[in-house]
Amino acid sequence: MEQRSLASSLTGLSMALGVALMILVIVIHQVVVKQFEGDAEGYHLIVGGGKAGDVQLVMNTVFHIGEPIYPIPYSYYKQFVDGEYAPFTSVAIPYCIGDSYHINGLRFRVVATTPDLFEKLAYGANEDGSDKRYEFSSGRNFRSDHFFEAVIGAVVASKSGLEVGDTFQPTHGMSSKGEKHIEFEIVGVLKSTGTSNDRAIFANMEGFYLLDGHAMPLEEGEEEAGQSMSESGMAVSVDPKDPNRGRSPLPERQREVTSILVRCESDTAMMYLDNAINKGKDRTTVAVKPGYVVQDMLDNIIGPMQLVLLILTVLIVIVAGISILVSIYNSMSERSHDIAVMRALGASRTAVMGIILVESILLALLGGVSGVALGHVVLAAISPYVESQSGITLGFWQFSWQEGVLIPSLVVFAVLVGYLPALTAYRTDVGRALGSGRY
Amino acid sequence: MLLLENVRKSYREPDGEILPILEIPRLEIAAGEQVVLRGRSGCGKTTLLNCISGLSTVDAGNIFINEHDITGLHEMARDRFRAQHIGFVFQTFNLLPAFTAHENVLLGMTFTGQKTDPKRAANLLEEVGLSHRSHHKPAELSVGEQQRVAVARALANQPSLILADEPTANIDPAHQQQVIDLLRGACEKENIAMLLVTHSPEVSAQFERVDELEKVNQVLAKA
Repeated sequence: MEQRSLASSLTGLSMALGVALMILVIVIHQVVVKQFEGDAEGYHLIVGGGKAGDVQLVMNTVFHIGEPIYPIPYSYYKQFVDGEYAPFTSVAIPYCIGDSYHINGLRFRVVATTPDLFEKLAYGANEDGSDKRYEFSSGRNFRSDHFFEAVIGAVVASKSGLEVGDTFQPTHGMSSKGEKHIEFEIVGVLKSTGTSNDRAIFANMEGFYLLDGHAMPLEEGEEEAGQSMSESGMAVSVDPKDPNRGRSPLPERQREVTSILVRCESDTAMMYLDNAINKGKDRTTVAVKPGYVVQDMLDNIIGPMQLVLLILTVLIVIVAGISILVSIYNSMSERSHDIAVMRALGASRTAVMGIILVESILLALLGGVSGVALGHVVLAAISPYVESQSGITLGFWQFSWQEGVLIPSLVVFAVLVGYLPALTAYRTDVGRALGSGRY
Repeated sequence: MLLLENVRKSYREPDGEILPILEIPRLEIAAGEQVVLRGRSGCGKTTLLNCISGLSTVDAGNIFINEHDITGLHEMARDRFRAQHIGFVFQTFNLLPAFTAHENVLLGMTFTGQKTDPKRAANLLEEVGLSHRSHHKPAELSVGEQQRVAVARALANQPSLILADEPTANIDPAHQQQVIDLLRGACEKENIAMLLVTHSPEVSAQFERVDELEKVNQVLAKA
């Protein structure tokens, strides 16, 4: 190997690159799966408008991805609070999605909801089975009676530089060119949860309803309740100490919600609600079990994609392995002399065969170990970008069990590709090769 | 020490015809004896050395080294026997280019099944006058120095028999004598038998026993 250091280095490098790609595919897939599975924990059902597909509803509500979906009436949400579905419901959290906040070239989803999200729902379970509760790294939860308060996720805080006491103006819609609403005050920064919620801003739903374009228009002849003042007109005549800026809550009949997170009283209750919503007379709404949808997505979209990528990377590693074979095999004619000398000095055929196999294994191992290290360095390097774009946290120390299988597999593979040149070494004609000595 | 009895060796040519190479009724060398085997090119000298060392098998007959019949050994046992009992000096030196002089000498001990002895390798290099060149690779040594390293390597495993195949053929006359003196001195000192194949009259003139391969090998005698 030392004699042919350039060829050996290049061969090892090609193996390292192949293995690094494989590591990236394996680890990123594992992290994505874990993230997807973990993000939808803490509740049983998501209820939303029936026009949206199950996947869109989950992507929107859980992962804060995709265009906002068709809303459902607020009265429908109330059925889970004190109506027909209330006996089966432990917690119902409304979501109003549609606004965003743009800073430093990044876009964060603004989710209007109630403080119950952080008080009554968990975002996962610890190893001992206890709930993972939302915690604040600074500040506090927003108050339901302080309409223009908001809290931000950990990633939002780190990427935007926003902190408790700052204000921000949500943009209407998902585009940065949308109309800017009035300011909300940040009263809390959530501790990192490792979920998509780290990338979201949670605003008080009461304030959200009072923003321009968020109230349902009244039907003709209907009397408008509360104050009809526009956002721009609000600041003029109100007490500056009033957290609600002189505004009254929007009447319920003018309200809509995008989706509802429902934690059921029991599994039986969940089955009842699932049946009642999806098979009842009113087909304008659907209830989806986010875990099932996520699993479907993993099985039908992400799983096959990972398989294709994995096959590609396996092919790359095979090509790298073949390059080891070609590299060693091509060098056999110049090595036959050295092999013959060793044979003359007493090395058995199996010993010289073993020397070639060891070289093949060493090349594969060096390439493999370098590839694993390189893969993890790349993971660490792309982590900030991936996290800012998707909320998925990658890191150098994120390992997959498959990596433990990878190195032994490479050794077996190296033995296979090294077998042909090793057989050539085994069959070296000592007499003829000794005559070709250079030294 | 070395005894060949009724040894026959032939090769099958591509057309299937059998080509006899060796037919030696008897050849014996005593322990510590130094024998020159003289013959022209292509008369089977290298084939004979390969058969004695166990690198090639014979068609018939027996080869005894230290009273062990190596023709009855499996290939692996022959390899081990060669590593433990025989030292080789080649016409083209056959040092490994990637190894230093010291490592090349150590290589002579590597396949014996015993631990290598770096100190002995250093002493051998000192004996052949190359202790100052021990960390040089073959390409950095003169032709004469390379053959001296090869002599040290042949002695590394404390052999009872040295097979030298035209050891001075590639060396300038000034260094030929040096190599012959080294080989003879080492064999005398450690009571090693030596079978030296050469076609050089100057070299063979220095040995008491010179056998003509034409007479030893009946294939040539009949021809």
